[in-house]
Amino acid sequence: MTPFTYARATDTAVALREGAEAGAYYLGGGTNLVDLMREGIEQPARLVDVTDVSTSISDTAEGGLLIGAGVRNAALAADMRVRTHYPMLSRALLSGASPQIRNMATVGGNILQRTRCTYFYDAAAACNKRVPGSGCDAREGFNRIHAILGASPACVATHPSDMCVALSALDATVHVAGPAGERRVAMADFHRLPGDTPDRETELAEGELITGVELPPAGPGMRSTYRKARDRASYAFALVSLAARIDVAEDGTIRDVALALGGVAHRPWRATLAEAHLRGQHAGENAFRAAAQAELAAAVPLRDNGFKIALAERLIVAVLTDLAGEQA
Amino acid sequence: MSIMDIARTALRHVPDALVPGAKPSPMRGQHGQIGAPVSRLDGVLKVGGAARFVSEVPMEEMLYAALVHSTIAKGRIATLDTAAAEAAPGVALVMTHRNAPKMRAPQAFGQGSGVAGSNLPIMQDDAVHWNGEAIALVLADTQAQADHAAALVSVTYDASPATIDFDAARADAQHPKSILGEPPVLDIGDAEKALAAAPHKVDLRYTTPRHNHNAIEPHGATVRWDGDTLILHDATQMLNGTAATVADVFGLKPEQVRVLSPFVGGGFGGKGLWSHQILAAAAAKLSGRPVRLSLTREAVYRLVGGRTLTEQRVGLGADADGRLTALIHTGVTSMTSHNNCPEQFTFPARHLYAAGSFHLEQHIAEMDMLANTFMRAPGESIGTFALECAIDELAERLGIDPIELRRRNEPTEDPTSGNAFSSRHLLKAYADGAKRFGWERRNATPSSRREGEWLIGMGVATATYPYYRMPGAAARIEMDASGHATVAIAGQEMGMGTATVQAQHAADRLGLPLEAVTFEYGDSALPAGVMAGGSAQTTSILAAVAAASDELIGAFVKLAGNDSPIAGRRADELVARDGGLARADEPSAHESYASILARAGRSSLTVETAAPKPVETMKYSMHSYGAQFAEVGVNAVTGEVRVRRFLGSFDCGRILNPKTATSQFRGGIIMGIGLALMEETLFDPRTGRVMNPSLAEYHVPVHLDVPEIDVIWTDIPDPHTPLGAHGIGEIGITGTAAAIANAIHNATGRRLRDLPMTLDKLL
Ligand SMILES: Cc1cc2nc3c(=O)[nH]c(=O)nc-3n(C[C@H](O)[C@H](O)[C@H](O)COP(=O)(O)OP(=O)(O)OC[C@H]3O[C@@H](n4cnc5c(N)ncnc54)[C@H](O)[C@@H]3O)c2cc1C
Repeated sequence: MTPFTYARATDTAVALREGAEAGAYYLGGGTNLVDLMREGIEQPARLVDVTDVSTSISDTAEGGLLIGAGVRNAALAADMRVRTHYPMLSRALLSGASPQIRNMATVGGNILQRTRCTYFYDAAAACNKRVPGSGCDAREGFNRIHAILGASPACVATHPSDMCVALSALDATVHVAGPAGERRVAMADFHRLPGDTPDRETELAEGELITGVELPPAGPGMRSTYRKARDRASYAFALVSLAARIDVAEDGTIRDVALALGGVAHRPWRATLAEAHLRGQHAGENAFRAAAQAELAAAVPLRDNGFKIALAERLIVAVLTDLAGEQA
Repeated sequence: MSIMDIARTALRHVPDALVPGAKPSPMRGQHGQIGAPVSRLDGVLKVGGAARFVSEVPMEEMLYAALVHSTIAKGRIATLDTAAAEAAPGVALVMTHRNAPKMRAPQAFGQGSGVAGSNLPIMQDDAVHWNGEAIALVLADTQAQADHAAALVSVTYDASPATIDFDAARADAQHPKSILGEPPVLDIGDAEKALAAAPHKVDLRYTTPRHNHNAIEPHGATVRWDGDTLILHDATQMLNGTAATVADVFGLKPEQVRVLSPFVGGGFGGKGLWSHQILAAAAAKLSGRPVRLSLTREAVYRLVGGRTLTEQRVGLGADADGRLTALIHTGVTSMTSHNNCPEQFTFPARHLYAAGSFHLEQHIAEMDMLANTFMRAPGESIGTFALECAIDELAERLGIDPIELRRRNEPTEDPTSGNAFSSRHLLKAYADGAKRFGWERRNATPSSRREGEWLIGMGVATATYPYYRMPGAAARIEMDASGHATVAIAGQEMGMGTATVQAQHAADRLGLPLEAVTFEYGDSALPAGVMAGGSAQTTSILAAVAAASDELIGAFVKLAGNDSPIAGRRADELVARDGGLARADEPSAHESYASILARAGRSSLTVETAAPKPVETMKYSMHSYGAQFAEVGVNAVTGEVRVRRFLGSFDCGRILNPKTATSQFRGGIIMGIGLALMEETLFDPRTGRVMNPSLAEYHVPVHLDVPEIDVIWTDIPDPHTPLGAHGIGEIGITGTAAAIANAIHNATGRRLRDLPMTLDKLL
């Protein structure tokens, strides 16, 4: 590990001031950043610990929740309001990592965790995300865990978070503070597609700090869940995951639906094509399958990950069938 | 006919009494230790954190080492700039091929008395032999300083073409010279012809991937030179071999290298002699200070070999009754020019079935890679996957229950060597296991049981592992004036329960309570042990301790003289009990060891004796067996596989300690679940580099992947082994993957023939 200095921020202003220094990185639980420092992939000159900065979960005037960026993943999953009104978020969090990691990991860090692409993790490999312009060894290499949607010639990596998939389907908003003041970015737009600049992963600008995530009120008729398919029963990243909410009227018409896929793209993949396909349709397996296929029509398989297309379709159909059935 | 065959044939006619090892020394009385579920004697130390592992041994003035690994598979170092590293804070020196002490290349396993994983010279020139090889070592005052400085070493290479693509390498595949002394090709009759003519047959291909070792304790070495003597604290399962091999590397006598390894945090075949111990010793020599080199998890992947990949073919021909007319098992593995581990995957087929003809053949494809090595049941683990899946497929084609098919092909003598079995109760293991598991509830028609999204199936497979006993073990026993015995041998304890079981044995044999026995091990300066490998350590040490106990008792009889209640009796007319010796025909005629010593004016009595040579393994076909039963659920939506229930029913001679034995069996089965469902090293054929050198990306089973595992055993002693026991460390992993694959077929109707059986293969 390259030597670095360490500071602990007590509030947003201090964090921003410290974070403005050259080579400074914000530090959450460190479960991703410290690993990357050990591997020599990240080399911060200074760590600004922001785990004390915003650590509460509060009700918003609109009836939603404002979750501080410093809230630990385990605490968020256990919060009664989350478990009651946003169960898919609890499930997504609890399906991720291990209890020890969830105890350390923060909301801000989870959003900004880096890809698990093994070529990104190995300084000896070519990776445009790590070293822009160096190439991509994953494209023709081991890419079983890589993207089927929204990838580019420069990068086929995925965003690995479970939590963010649920946040995307919940229409969450990320609260950001920076030298120029505060702003809000929709979760679904927060992470970028790789394009030619896979090193730029999010809309966050240099020195900006995530202060929290806001959830809109949970719709009354919505049924929701999070389901994750993976290589072992626990402690594995999603091969494909799905966060789904659906509201079906008594006559079986789909009033509203939100779907987000994990493990398939450089960002949590909000399945807007499938959603558009479903609104106003009669809930049922055929409609679900057609919607899934509409979303996945653009999917491009790599050498090892073609199975994700079928897996995503099966998850969408099974999960929506379950949710619609529950509601009926 | 090979020399081995001739020796075997000749021995068949020699009475057991004249065959060293074939008639083990009997116990003089039973005292209840053998067979008791004694908790591991080292357990409290480990749970309490008091056990000191290699990377925790303190030394004064010690330097910490960090390594730089090559990033090409083959070629030469073109430039190597260590200036920045040398200038970094805390750095004592940087060792490279330019300044490393001159050392001989270590002898590899199978070469003289060598036990090294590879016989490549270590840091002696600018050549690079595999991707990940250590090319520089930094010594600094702290680990963090060493790690940082290592990152500052800059290297460029002149790469040369490397053979790193198995598909290309296999075109030049050759027979290995031998497979653990057995020929690489074995033909009985014309199996290809018999297969072609068979009315029922299967002819199938299987693949298994590379695996890496992931013992909970990463490898390490803490070393210091004491003049010309090297003190090497190691985590090893081969103390004496390491001492001898390292001594040769540094031009020393074996007794000038002392290897200490009282605790080993898991071995599984991987805790052998690799480059790191030698590099640590070299760096200590160069710096004149003690050195600790603890490998990172990544470094374990780069420097310590794992299981090689295989491509296997199994052809089975049968008549209408299911009797095998042909058994073909062939395949290719990859190996290097600098090691000798051909992965004996055809061994199970040599002993399991009475087939009319055999064709068994192994090839190796040489590659430029880190030397592969032993990993729990090398060969048998993945060989049984192919063979036992094929048997299941044949049973299905024949419409015969797979257990019944095995019964019909149960041999009465070893089908390839012709030797008598020393002890074989496989069918009993099947019968007991089937009953307990509820095999009769299995519906032979695939996909006929479903619970919600889960398709449920049952599968079965045979487990088998050879019985080995290694030559060379000698034990010392010292009985002190208080009647306390200290048994000493350079054995290894990797958590299996070695020390516990050997103390139980010595206590029973000498008629002492368990507390009156100390078992010393983990130090190469003790009388020679054997490596902890081939599931052979337990019985090898048992034989040595039995021989030493016999000698000790003989010495006590002499020492007792004419004034003792046991006077005038030969050793074989006595029993050992209550801390001394008694007449077998007159139990009240007893004298304690302490009393005999006191009367003779001695403060202690010590003997050291070697075990008889293991010739019994040439006279008899000696193996352990088991029947593995799996129930799996396969998710109809995602293809995810979960093992719901597992039962291992074993036939491994007498079980010495049911508690430690159960852990060994279960551990093997758990590793087998990993082998079946998730373990896979991603070896990039473009670079020869392992791409998932981390437990986050290399999957082993987590708790949720492991169901209740039921374990039972026949407990029938083998008349030709010490105490009737067999080693049991490896058999648990054998047959497990096949049982799971067969259960997946029963659940889904799908046959998976490529490991690991991940969900994508079931969609
Ligand atoms: C073995 C393993 C398995 C895992 N499995 C899963 C899984 O199955 N599913 C899953 O979703 N995740 C998984 N994870 C990832 C885990 O969720 C993340 O490591 C964790 O959420 C990161 O949070 P942190 O607070 O520790 O972030 P850190 O490591 O502290 O930081 C991560 C990044 O976020 C930045 N950062 C942190 N806080 C802020 C802030 N407030 N504003 C701006 N920038 C900030 C840091 O600078 C850094 O770049 C796994 C991790 C490991 C090691």
